[in-house]
Amino acid sequence: MAQAAAATAEKDLWNGGVSPMGASYGKLMMWFFLLSDAFTFSGLLITYGLVRAAHPAFEGLPDAFVFSPEHWPIPEKVFEAIPFFHGVAAPLVFVGIMTFILIMSSVTMVLAVEAGHRMDRKAVEKWMLWTIVGGITFLACQAWEWTHFIVGTDTPTLIKDFVFVNGEGQWITKEVFGANLKINQYGPQSFADFFFFITGFHGFHVFSGVLLNFLIYYNTVTGVYERRGYYEMVEKVGLYWHFVDLVWVFVFTFFYLV
Amino acid sequence: MASHSNEPQVTVLPPDKAKIKKLWTVAGILGAVTAVEFLIAFVLPHGPLKTAIFVALTIVKAAYIVLEFMHLKYEVKVLFWSILIPMIFVVWMLVAFVYEGMKLPVLP
Repeated sequence: MAQAAAATAEKDLWNGGVSPMGASYGKLMMWFFLLSDAFTFSGLLITYGLVRAAHPAFEGLPDAFVFSPEHWPIPEKVFEAIPFFHGVAAPLVFVGIMTFILIMSSVTMVLAVEAGHRMDRKAVEKWMLWTIVGGITFLACQAWEWTHFIVGTDTPTLIKDFVFVNGEGQWITKEVFGANLKINQYGPQSFADFFFFITGFHGFHVFSGVLLNFLIYYNTVTGVYERRGYYEMVEKVGLYWHFVDLVWVFVFTFFYLV
Repeated sequence: MASHSNEPQVTVLPPDKAKIKKLWTVAGILGAVTAVEFLIAFVLPHGPLKTAIFVALTIVKAAYIVLEFMHLKYEVKVLFWSILIPMIFVVWMLVAFVYEGMKLPVLP
């Protein structure tokens, strides 16, 4: 009788008795979800590459660079602001800090997974909390970055536009501050569109990740995983969180550095 | 104690020092590579060489995250290749699209 019960339990491990690819159902599905998500992000980043390659680059020395819809902007000339230092040019410093924050939160996540393997509830709580703090800090940085990008620089970019006045077309020069999905002071319109879509889609992933991390933290504190006897949920959500970090590594290179 | 009789007996194992040290080493490498990328952004002039270095360093970082943090290196080989082989499509897409982009007429 006991033997039969044991056999049923064994067999239930995916119904065939042997778990495929040596992973649990949830973990395997998380891997394949992440694979499909990787394709989505690749689609966005590669389209960015296509459109960028179709635009002329700025001819001349970086020091002489000016914003214009005629050429693709040099990213380090666009992203050079840091909070509390208005007017100080610190190219790429802020995104560098953001990258560091996300890497650190990835480390605290993997330490939470390690603590889970040892059934160390206190340590899992501690590291999950640090991971959540890292995620929220990153989101706050991104909110600042977006605000700065939308508001724009102190001096406007002069952009020529063709408008119709009383049925007659004429060229006018507009002063443009900042960027949104209709205007862009930094360069071609598609540059701003890609900025919002790529960093926005990534930011939404970070936001969902923070929610999932909080759920895991809550369940750890209330002892759900301790009663269950294993902390595999920490591992599964950990995979998602590392993926978010991984995507940022690519966004950092292809949007900000290249 | 009677009210606690339903609580499971949990044995907490001591921290795996070697494993934790390795994780921090990986974190150090990721931080260092990011710092190097940051330096290269200002030292080298724009061009194919700079882009190639950035792509190479990004792949190094991605490899450390996926293999160590996501533990893929220690999974069964079938799982490892099921995740990596489909990435060929991404490489193909990248090459094809950027190549087409360079041939497009200059966009306004």
